[in-house]
Amino acid sequence: MSILGTRVLRVEDPKFLTTGGVYADDLRDPRLAGAGHVTYVRSVMAHARLTVDAEAARAHPGVIAVFTADDFADLDPPPPPMPFIAPALARPWLTPDVVRYVGEPIAAIVTEDRYAGEDAAELVSIDYEPLPVVVDPRAAAADEVVLHPAHGSNTALAFETGQLEGLFDGCDVVVRREITNQRVAPVPLEVRSAACAWGDDDRLTFWASTQSPHGARDFIAAALKLDKDKVHFITPDVGGGFGAKFSVSVEDLLLAVMAQRVGRPMRWVETRTENLLAMGHGRAQLQTVTIGGSRDGKVDAYSLEVLQDTGAYPHFGAVLPFMTQMMATGVYDISKLAVRTRSVATNTAPVLAYRGAGRPEATAAIERAMDLFAAEIDMDPAELRRRNLLPPERFPLTTPAGANYDSGEYARALQAVLEAAGYDDLRAEQRRRREAGDRKALGIGVSVYVEITAGPEAGEEFARVNVKPDGSVVVYTGTSPHGQGHSTSFAMIAADELGVPVERVTVVHGDTDLVARGGGTGGSRSLQLGGSAVHKGSIETVEKARDLAADMFEAAAGDIVLDKARGGFSVTGSPDEFRSWAEVAADADAEHGLIVDTDFQAEGATFPFGAHVAIVEVDLDTGQPRLIRHVTVDDAGPVLNPVIVEGQRHGGIAQGVSQALFEEVLYDADGNPQTTNLADYAFPSAAELPDFDLVEMATPSPLNPLGVKGIGEAGTIGATPAVQNAVVDAVAHLGVQHIEMPTTSERVWRAIREASS
Amino acid sequence: MKLSLTVNGTPHDIDVEPRTLLVHALRDTLDLTATNIGCDTTSCGACTVLVDGESVKSCTVLAASVAGQSVTTMEGLAQGDKWHAVQQGFRDCHGLQCGFCTPGMVMAAVSLLTENPKPSADDVRRGLEGNLCRCTGYHNIVAAVLSAAEGAK
Amino acid sequence: MIPAPFDYVRADDAAAAVAALGEHGDEAKLLAGGQSLLPLMKLRLAMPSVVVDVSRGTDLRYVRKDGDSLAIGSLTRHCDVAADKIVRQELPMLAHVAELVGDPQVRHRGTIGGSIAHSDPSADLPTALVALGAAYVVQGPRGERVVPADEFATGFLETVLEPDELLTEVRVPLGVAGWGYEKFTRRAIDWATVAVAVVRRDGQTRIALANMGPTVLRAAASERALASGAGTADAAGSADEGTEPGNDVTASSDYRRHLARVLTGRALAAASA
Repeated sequence: MSILGTRVLRVEDPKFLTTGGVYADDLRDPRLAGAGHVTYVRSVMAHARLTVDAEAARAHPGVIAVFTADDFADLDPPPPPMPFIAPALARPWLTPDVVRYVGEPIAAIVTEDRYAGEDAAELVSIDYEPLPVVVDPRAAAADEVVLHPAHGSNTALAFETGQLEGLFDGCDVVVRREITNQRVAPVPLEVRSAACAWGDDDRLTFWASTQSPHGARDFIAAALKLDKDKVHFITPDVGGGFGAKFSVSVEDLLLAVMAQRVGRPMRWVETRTENLLAMGHGRAQLQTVTIGGSRDGKVDAYSLEVLQDTGAYPHFGAVLPFMTQMMATGVYDISKLAVRTRSVATNTAPVLAYRGAGRPEATAAIERAMDLFAAEIDMDPAELRRRNLLPPERFPLTTPAGANYDSGEYARALQAVLEAAGYDDLRAEQRRRREAGDRKALGIGVSVYVEITAGPEAGEEFARVNVKPDGSVVVYTGTSPHGQGHSTSFAMIAADELGVPVERVTVVHGDTDLVARGGGTGGSRSLQLGGSAVHKGSIETVEKARDLAADMFEAAAGDIVLDKARGGFSVTGSPDEFRSWAEVAADADAEHGLIVDTDFQAEGATFPFGAHVAIVEVDLDTGQPRLIRHVTVDDAGPVLNPVIVEGQRHGGIAQGVSQALFEEVLYDADGNPQTTNLADYAFPSAAELPDFDLVEMATPSPLNPLGVKGIGEAGTIGATPAVQNAVVDAVAHLGVQHIEMPTTSERVWRAIREASS
Repeated sequence: MKLSLTVNGTPHDIDVEPRTLLVHALRDTLDLTATNIGCDTTSCGACTVLVDGESVKSCTVLAASVAGQSVTTMEGLAQGDKWHAVQQGFRDCHGLQCGFCTPGMVMAAVSLLTENPKPSADDVRRGLEGNLCRCTGYHNIVAAVLSAAEGAK
Repeated sequence: MIPAPFDYVRADDAAAAVAALGEHGDEAKLLAGGQSLLPLMKLRLAMPSVVVDVSRGTDLRYVRKDGDSLAIGSLTRHCDVAADKIVRQELPMLAHVAELVGDPQVRHRGTIGGSIAHSDPSADLPTALVALGAAYVVQGPRGERVVPADEFATGFLETVLEPDELLTEVRVPLGVAGWGYEKFTRRAIDWATVAVAVVRRDGQTRIALANMGPTVLRAAASERALASGAGTADAAGSADEGTEPGNDVTASSDYRRHLARVLTGRALAAASA
């Protein structure tokens, strides 16, 4: 019986539940003995020229050094964080002359102990000469205040597809709306943290809380002009990333430079306030949706305009509208599409990738548009969707936006979630409450979604499978889990292919000296690419072992049978002739055993899909919405380990719900952040959320041997629009057509008032 | 300033500043790094430990204020090889992913069950209002605490 | 994240606390549970050079029935007020409200006196105590005085306490005929966006509002309306008269006014049930 598909508790957990994870700030590595503690001083103005006087800080007891931009003037600027960003838009080491967002690092203080850092930071004196501030992306697009004069414009990137002219010709009904996919903060529970030490061999050992060790290693090497093999990058345990830790920040990079200058190891951990100010944010799109079709519910045409806020120094966020564009039509059979996107810089923190990274924005837009269209033609929103879903027999297909969908059963997903939710009963209850004048209104929101994982280009991943002479197995993967449980999942894959007990398989990740190469963990790539690589490597290991066993038995390789039950090889027809994995591995190499390195190359990105129903109650007197139930189908193909997949769905759903109901990063017109700590930023607790009802569905992808797609971001993508639609639905009978996210009590109250006036 | 406190059953004499937060005394002075810091506004609960058996946020307590008292962190929860019912519940129900909120969440749950041995799901959700998690969506954490309540009987 | 440096003095009873405050004057702050003071100190919004830690003494932790009042020591923790048999029996409103403060960890440290002395207009217990017509016993080098809850707060985070005085006891008259406490928050852990406390006693109704101004305020217009025979709905309609609610990321002042009216209606209904 295969272990795949069974519930296997995580091998990671005993450590996390007893001694605790070892995160970057927990490290007690001897190489870090005597490390200086780094504290960054940050701008309190959104746009200003500045002069920095660090003399008083330098004189403070316990201060080892204070660095400002002048100290790094001899270095080439750090490489741009992403390939498509013009160098003129790239952030500097430390700001030499002009700050462009509140929170931008201006000076670095190195102290003997962490407490002295905050004391000394107060003594750094900064003179600000204010410059005009632009916070609204629409104003930024007009280029009156240009953040980067060398670039000449605030526009970083633009994408487009399709023809706008005549797009809606022939449509009886056209609905247009401006909507906002608001700026949110990723808020991993562990803030950014890093440490580094230069060895006597001139090698740099670098630890950081990141999602991509090899990417980080390459980036550090490029920034410091080192050969890659001079950098040893290690990920400690990482307390969540959600996309925002996919890259290495300037604050991380500078540790290596300061360590060199001071001649001591360095370590750094930011505060939560710094994290909310300066790690970077997610989403932040202003959208205009236009949807057209016939009165009997056939949607024919859709256009999406996106104005992406990139923050002061364009980063991942600038590129994400490309993903939004690619996924614009979602699950629907809409042949006429036009998308126009523009990414503009503003005096705010940089916008990064955040769980879903461009795809939640696409789904939220089309799902809101579908509900607006349904309301316009007075059709049930689930029914409208049913009439427009891409049917299964059309797969694989290429959408007007150029996405190659591999497999999908959208109608089945919608049907399953509506049944599980008891949709008809819910509508009946809603009617009953309205007729009774119940002051607790019921709202039902639907979303049907598809998303792209391990894309947009076809990806690859590395694995090494090492069967040791004692018969245990070590798997090396280039993925970089930070809660996703790869040590368990990948052990299951190897155990299943090799016929070795899963307890005897250990998974190694996150060390560039131990793992030859890798793409890290993000974009829901890991199981389909990393898992497939482990699968491929395991199969190749079996083949190599078969040849070795053939020699050992002096038989033909074709007569050798892998006996998984016994964990070894025998000859067809002679079961007494048996060589265990240990013996075969020892035969390959007495010390190291049998080693197989492999790279798995995917044929293309995969497209998980699903459908959500959110049920909310709205207190009509206060406007307060409360999510009381949330039912989902999230189909990412065969479920390798239900324990882990359920956890990923729950976590994703919670973040999606939270964007709809609670979270928003706010700046005032002067660029001052208004939500700089977790008391102000409304990250919900268990008291705000219900249990989640998960419905099972698994439609394989033809694109990898495991048939899997990525589950990590799907829940988030489906949840947000379902909840937003539910809140609007709760008060639609009062004339409300749209409520912006987050649908706070006040926004609902105002919407009701405006509709009735 | 010098002070004595018992942590996980072991008496310690430490020398810290008056302003040293209990969480830093535990992490930096005593090398008990399981307890984590996730915020700076007493919001997230990742730093939750027990003082004389009751949950507190150790980032919002001075080490000096608990001199002579008994502190328990997650590292001190298991009795040798024997896990606490809450640890077992979190294991059985996949109540953790990245693990960063976990020590604080576990200690908050231990205190919750001490005061309310038979909580409803709502009691658990309300009782963990001071502990934030970004990974799990709380669904399995609630299941874990209810499972621990069952298992403790 | 780290408080500025300070000198630490431990005061294990009221007399020691008064003496320490007398010595250091307005350089010093009292540290009780620390759940209001330490967060301010960690953000360096408060930087006392001396901290007088009164959290260890037990002489100010008690609940006693004193004739027709309840006497509560100022260092009684919120969790103990919520669980206390006498409180639950004689003044269930107070037990209910104490259970709403912060979260369980905060309730294991925070004290009733600390909350009153900190005087945040959004705080639950000070609001309920104004509606309950409580009085606060203050001790200092000049002796003891009793201050009605209505007169205690003088401005945002400001009270009549002199730098060398200590709040030692909370006195709450019994005989509550009906009560209601409506707290509106975004999240369970949040401070009240607005809260309303209603207490009916001896034919009178007192209504206190949280977070509708720089201090806890009485909904005086609503009280007057009720006293002259108006019904609940009418009375609640004027709950926000005379208030100055703020505008912030949580709510606008308009919305706070609306909430004050709605919550007053609900609290009045609960008090009459």
